[in-house]
Amino acid sequence: MNKWLDPLSGAWAGVIAHKLRSSLTILGIVIGIASVITLMSIGKGATAQILSNIQSMGANLITISGGASSGPGGVRGAGGSTQTLTMEDAEAIAEQVSNVSAVAPSSSSNLQLVVGSKNTNSQVTGATPEYMSVNNLKLASGAFFSEQEYERGAKVAVLGSSVAETLFGSANPIGQQMRMGTIIVTVIGVLESKGTGFNSPDDAVYIPLTALHQTVAQPRTAQGGRIVSSITLTVSDQAQTQNVIDAITSLLRTRHRLGVGVDNDFNIMSVEEIVSTLSTVTGTLTLLLGAIAGISLLVGGIGVMNIMLVSVIERRREIGILKALGATERDIWGQFLIEAAFLTFSGGIIGVIVGWAISSIVDLTGLMTTVVSADIVILAVSVSVGIGLFFGFYPAWNASRLNPIEALRSE
Amino acid sequence: MIRLQDITKVYPMGKRELTVLRGITLNIEKGESVAIMGPSGSGKTTLLNLVGCLDTPTSGSYYFEDMEVSRLSSGELAKIRGHKVGFVFQTFNLLPRLSALANVELGMRYCGGGNHHQALEALASVGLSDRANHRPSELSGGEQQRVAIARALVKSPPLILADEPTGNLDSRAGEEVISILTSLRSEQGVTLVMVTHDNNVAHHCQRIIHIKDGQVVMEETV
Repeated sequence: MNKWLDPLSGAWAGVIAHKLRSSLTILGIVIGIASVITLMSIGKGATAQILSNIQSMGANLITISGGASSGPGGVRGAGGSTQTLTMEDAEAIAEQVSNVSAVAPSSSSNLQLVVGSKNTNSQVTGATPEYMSVNNLKLASGAFFSEQEYERGAKVAVLGSSVAETLFGSANPIGQQMRMGTIIVTVIGVLESKGTGFNSPDDAVYIPLTALHQTVAQPRTAQGGRIVSSITLTVSDQAQTQNVIDAITSLLRTRHRLGVGVDNDFNIMSVEEIVSTLSTVTGTLTLLLGAIAGISLLVGGIGVMNIMLVSVIERRREIGILKALGATERDIWGQFLIEAAFLTFSGGIIGVIVGWAISSIVDLTGLMTTVVSADIVILAVSVSVGIGLFFGFYPAWNASRLNPIEALRSE
Repeated sequence: MIRLQDITKVYPMGKRELTVLRGITLNIEKGESVAIMGPSGSGKTTLLNLVGCLDTPTSGSYYFEDMEVSRLSSGELAKIRGHKVGFVFQTFNLLPRLSALANVELGMRYCGGGNHHQALEALASVGLSDRANHRPSELSGGEQQRVAIARALVKSPPLILADEPTGNLDSRAGEEVISILTSLRSEQGVTLVMVTHDNNVAHHCQRIIHIKDGQVVMEETV
């Protein structure tokens, strides 16, 4: 008989001898492992979804907004609270900074939109024609405004999908007119839905910047610069993102005449940075979810220890017999330890299957995206074996230390 | 083969001490069969456990095949039990969830292993070939004890120790068990030490040692 197979078959026999008890013990581990797998997969799924949402904005996007910098890593919402950026800044960036493929200055105003009896308030963004490609917007129907329309200040609008739905319902909005603030605009395009989330364009309306200023007066700086609330731009070579940010920062500091030691009066942030910041946050959240599920695993482990202790007491006579037959303390210790590890390993395997099934069901309901990755599975199974070894250690030691004569005498 | 010199064994019983063996000196030769008799509580089983290396004496020396075993570690004692000693108990002590064959195989587990055929042969030698796949609960007392004997002899140990092997059997099954044990001695030269209450059983051995209150009180040769 094999030296390694033997304790294994002994352990297997021990598990089989108490089917109900073994199954209940395994169930504790199954629940623990399954919840770890499920929660981790939900966490990973959420992370992946958030990141892909942001990346749909365009991974090579840089956003500059007015106002004081909020420090490293900070993510600011709508910019433009302090009006420091100008059209001229945008032009200077386009001319003087290399590796910049397109620059799109824009200003936003909250305006009332009225179509017949329906009305809504919406963030209206006055933009240049480059805005669509820079911000990675896709049209569902119609067209974005052209260079000519921008130049002559045509009163045309492109609607986000939610806004179009609110104002026009199922009717085709293209060619329809609507009142926006004090002017009447014609709808020429509707955007594809990008899904709700970070700065979703679904709720926005886009018109030429020149048209926006026919209803909202163009603010100017003391030097006469035409103020915009933000500038977005794309980097032609993504590897150069940081260099571009540095070049724009120094250019704007010079243009805004900021002395050494004075804080920036604008915010500059790349999508890359936002993604990496959010990845850290969601990664931590995923770990937290896993840790919470880990508590149930711990409880399962204590259950294993409990059962193994009972099992040792119940099988004193068997231990005594094995010792009389020549089993050493290490033989007995090994058999009980393997038995515990075997219980938790089976629990781990079943738990992975159950957890995976639950994740798939959650995914199928469409409420949440889940991602079961190989590293979670490997981690879960090794943790389950580790728990068996950890919580089986003391009961196995107890068993190995039994006095054979007393053990044989017990009933 | 076995030399006991002035062996004592004291068990702690709460605050008091219980002296079970008080200076036993005894020699058993290789191939001999010896019966140990005495009233209950006289220390027969304790003596047998000491001889079988399940326990160590409080004082005195015990030489097993010229090896001083009274000072060995529990691991070394286990090795001797695994290789040199076969136990037969009054209550059989088979594992109820294993078949007769698997119980016999268990006897080889801790002496480097053996194979299926050896276990089957051992079962055949006690006349139970046809019961190999029965569980202990499906066997009569006599059959269970014969399985236990097969488990003890499967590793061909030089020493077989039997603690009241017929104590739980009717006289016919007891006769069978005793004849198997004594034939092991006469045919294979195994040394046999047996604890018994039964005078008839004891008279199947070559020598009878009477102990009382932890001391040898009489020896007789049959």
